[in-house]
Amino acid sequence: MKKNRFLITLFALMLLVLSACGNSDTKDTAAKEKKPAPKPAPTELILATTTSTQDSGLLDVLVPMFEKENNVKVKTIAVGTGQALEMGTRGEADVLLVHAPAAEKAVVDAGDAINYKRVMYNDFILVGPKDNPAGVSGNDIKAAFKTLADTKSTFVSRGDDSGTHKKELGIWTADNIQPAGDWYVSTGQGMGQTLQVAAEKKGYVLTDRATWLAQEKNLDTLKIVVEGGNDLMNIYHVMQVNPEKHDKINSKDAEKFVNFMVDSKTQDVIENFGKKEYGQSLFFKYTE
Amino acid sequence: MELLIDGLKKAIEMIFSGDREVFAITWLTLKVCLISSLISSIIGLPLGILLGLTRFKGRRLLLLFINIGMGLPPVVAGLWITMLLWRSGPLGDLTLLYSPTAIVMAQILVSLPIVTSLTCTAFQQVSDKMLLQIKALGATKLQTLAILIKQLKIAIFAAVMAGFGRVIAEVGAAMMVGGNIQGDTRILTTTIVMEVSKGNFDIALALSFILLSVALLITAALTFLQQRKRIS
Repeated sequence: MKKNRFLITLFALMLLVLSACGNSDTKDTAAKEKKPAPKPAPTELILATTTSTQDSGLLDVLVPMFEKENNVKVKTIAVGTGQALEMGTRGEADVLLVHAPAAEKAVVDAGDAINYKRVMYNDFILVGPKDNPAGVSGNDIKAAFKTLADTKSTFVSRGDDSGTHKKELGIWTADNIQPAGDWYVSTGQGMGQTLQVAAEKKGYVLTDRATWLAQEKNLDTLKIVVEGGNDLMNIYHVMQVNPEKHDKINSKDAEKFVNFMVDSKTQDVIENFGKKEYGQSLFFKYTE
Repeated sequence: MELLIDGLKKAIEMIFSGDREVFAITWLTLKVCLISSLISSIIGLPLGILLGLTRFKGRRLLLLFINIGMGLPPVVAGLWITMLLWRSGPLGDLTLLYSPTAIVMAQILVSLPIVTSLTCTAFQQVSDKMLLQIKALGATKLQTLAILIKQLKIAIFAAVMAGFGRVIAEVGAAMMVGGNIQGDTRILTTTIVMEVSKGNFDIALALSFILLSVALLITAALTFLQQRKRIS
């Protein structure tokens, strides 16, 4: 008897789990059978983008809007710009939203991406310890980087081939500096985590303004030290992956997504995003 | 310390306010982990018993690979599954990447070796004398197996629990193959990583308590089954 009870419990547990796996499927099929589907099942669109658009919360607003209008299920994969572009060239994503114009140009020129459109911008800022030991300020980022290298002040780099990392490397190159040594810390992580490392290590870090505003409350050892220069512009582009290069690309919805992003209604949403919470826009409209 | 208490408060608040998203994420976590543990057990237990009780050519080599598999880093499993499921990969036509199924696949890959190896170890320790005695009493092969399974219940449950522990703790592979997509493949561990990177430590902490509670409930149920009085 006891043996039986034990076996029955085991069996019941398994049934429970099995029913759990089958659950959604049966519901789906049942729903399909009942009514001849008022609208077809949503198509899937893979959007490869940067962590800044996800971490700032912008995509949580835009993606549902797009999904509702077009009956598309958007799969947002938030990675660094480098990886997003690579996913595009490999045909693993359908549409890209990224922010590293120089690297993007190479992808567009190679014919891997088409329908390349400017979407929005904000700016990069240099953030550093509150007491600012290197004494950098103003809006000249190149001069500031030079000072940081000369004084060997702790600098925290993302080192993850993201748009922000590419921007940072571009500034070092413009200064003819090879950043290396104990003072140069490379985290290989996203913007949020890198900012936290900088706060702990009391280092300087280049960040996009959207992530900074979203995280400022946790970073009480840091403040903005350099901002506003022309070199600090952070421009986002949207583009669709060239369907001629790979099969399986959902180019129809990718094109819709590009058009959606540059649509004036969407642009207004972008510009208004964050105003309530942070008192200023996180992104500004910027179409051609 | 303050953060810890805030996190606990938030966790309780999230559970009792019926936060839809938290509930969906928890449910998906539970579903994915139970399915992968179940499949790992269905394949791993018989395989472990077979490896533990019988001797055949290539058995040691197989065992070696399974033992290496016990230490397979989840990110490696994640990378392999990702490449397998890429649109340009061998299984690309199934469009499984960035779906819960992909997470289940990666979790099976990391937990199956654990379940198999631990089961095999337990069955290998059955003494020859006992086997002889069972045989002498006239048991058929199937009866022998039944007796052994009863005898080794505790070890079998330990293997299942170890497998479950591995999958519920898993984050690297789930991030890679699942993509942490809102409302689709976002599970508790990947949500915690994301909330930390957003700087929302309170939410991350709250979710960690929910994750621990889920793990506790399941493990407690299994422990209860394991520790029931042995049937003589």
